[in-house]
Amino acid sequence: MNLIRMKYTRWFNISRDGISRNNPIMIAVLGICSALAITNRVENAIAMGLAVTFVIIASSLIVSAIRNFIPTKLRMVTYMVIIASFVIVVQLVLQGFFPDIARQLGPYVGLIITNCIVMGRNEAFAVKNPLKYTFVDGLTNGLGYMWVLVVISAVREVLAFGTLLNYRVMPETWENWIVMTIAPGGFFVLGLLIWIMRSATKNYEEMAI
Amino acid sequence: MGNAIEIFIGSILDHNIALAYILGMCPLLAISTSIKNAKGMGLAVVFVVTLTGMINYPIYLLLQRTGTEWLNLLVFIITIAATVQFLEMFIDKFFPTLYNAFGIFLPLITVNCVVLGVSLFFVTRTYTFVETASFSLGSGIGWMLAIILLAGIREKMVTKSDIPKGLMGKGMAFIVLGILALAIVGFTGLASIN
Repeated sequence: MNLIRMKYTRWFNISRDGISRNNPIMIAVLGICSALAITNRVENAIAMGLAVTFVIIASSLIVSAIRNFIPTKLRMVTYMVIIASFVIVVQLVLQGFFPDIARQLGPYVGLIITNCIVMGRNEAFAVKNPLKYTFVDGLTNGLGYMWVLVVISAVREVLAFGTLLNYRVMPETWENWIVMTIAPGGFFVLGLLIWIMRSATKNYEEMAI
Repeated sequence: MGNAIEIFIGSILDHNIALAYILGMCPLLAISTSIKNAKGMGLAVVFVVTLTGMINYPIYLLLQRTGTEWLNLLVFIITIAATVQFLEMFIDKFFPTLYNAFGIFLPLITVNCVVLGVSLFFVTRTYTFVETASFSLGSGIGWMLAIILLAGIREKMVTKSDIPKGLMGKGMAFIVLGILALAIVGFTGLASIN
């Protein structure tokens, strides 16, 4: 009984929006740069997903907490400074504790600042909603971003290196697909993933192209 | 000087910032529905990227001198926002026709990762000032090339092709981008930019 009632709560709706119905990558097509550039290995995708989730939650919480004091005209700059501060935190943590991953992600950690999802959630949700809903929204959008990244990177890593999280899953005779390690592979996998997702949910785009 | 020319050519073709490093995808997808708009956005990006790259370089040297280079993200993004804002007012005042051509695209550029990406790349690659300038200009032109190519293909595709329902819109744009990126891979080895 409780499960049925759950369907109509705000918590449930916000979560469903973030993870599937309005998934930031698949449906809204935001934050593509990092989604494609670093997804040739699953561990990078997980690190990036966690970093972005943290930045979305932290920056949305701050924006939500001070939403009544932000002047409307200066709100973009305010978001930028808040987001940049948290990205610096992420960068220092990665460099300090996970230097290997930090080296592989390179400048793409800094580019979380310009990841449209973060700014998008601040502008579309955090600035109008109280803290508790903002937290759920940030968390689910972060997770929605992360699962797509992990799926893309799993496909690419298996085809490109024959491994999954550095464990060998393909036979030794597997011929590595070089194209999957570089940019075109990312574009093709994401394009096909969007095709599958949209066909499965019958959620087609209006525009012809 | 020879190195700067090599970086310039490399950053347009084989290290194209949009098709090889996958930066600036949001505006690339959103504005590439017509060649006219793509041209406006491309020009604005060339302008802003070159300018901010050249402004951020001395600022980074200053940060290095004072030992606070871990702050570079925050400082770069503020410089970029301020430059874009200033540029918008300047163009509006002195070149109204130019403002009409690409004025509406300028505010969007602050959150374009190409601009910040270029500034972060010159840090990791330890360029000199001349190299930074040619890399910034080359990256801007490379991005403009990518958006105009994509817009040209998409404009034709709207009327002339039969796309599966699920691939319509962004899905097909990614497939086209993948093919364009494959074409760029053909230039690999043309110029080294490190």
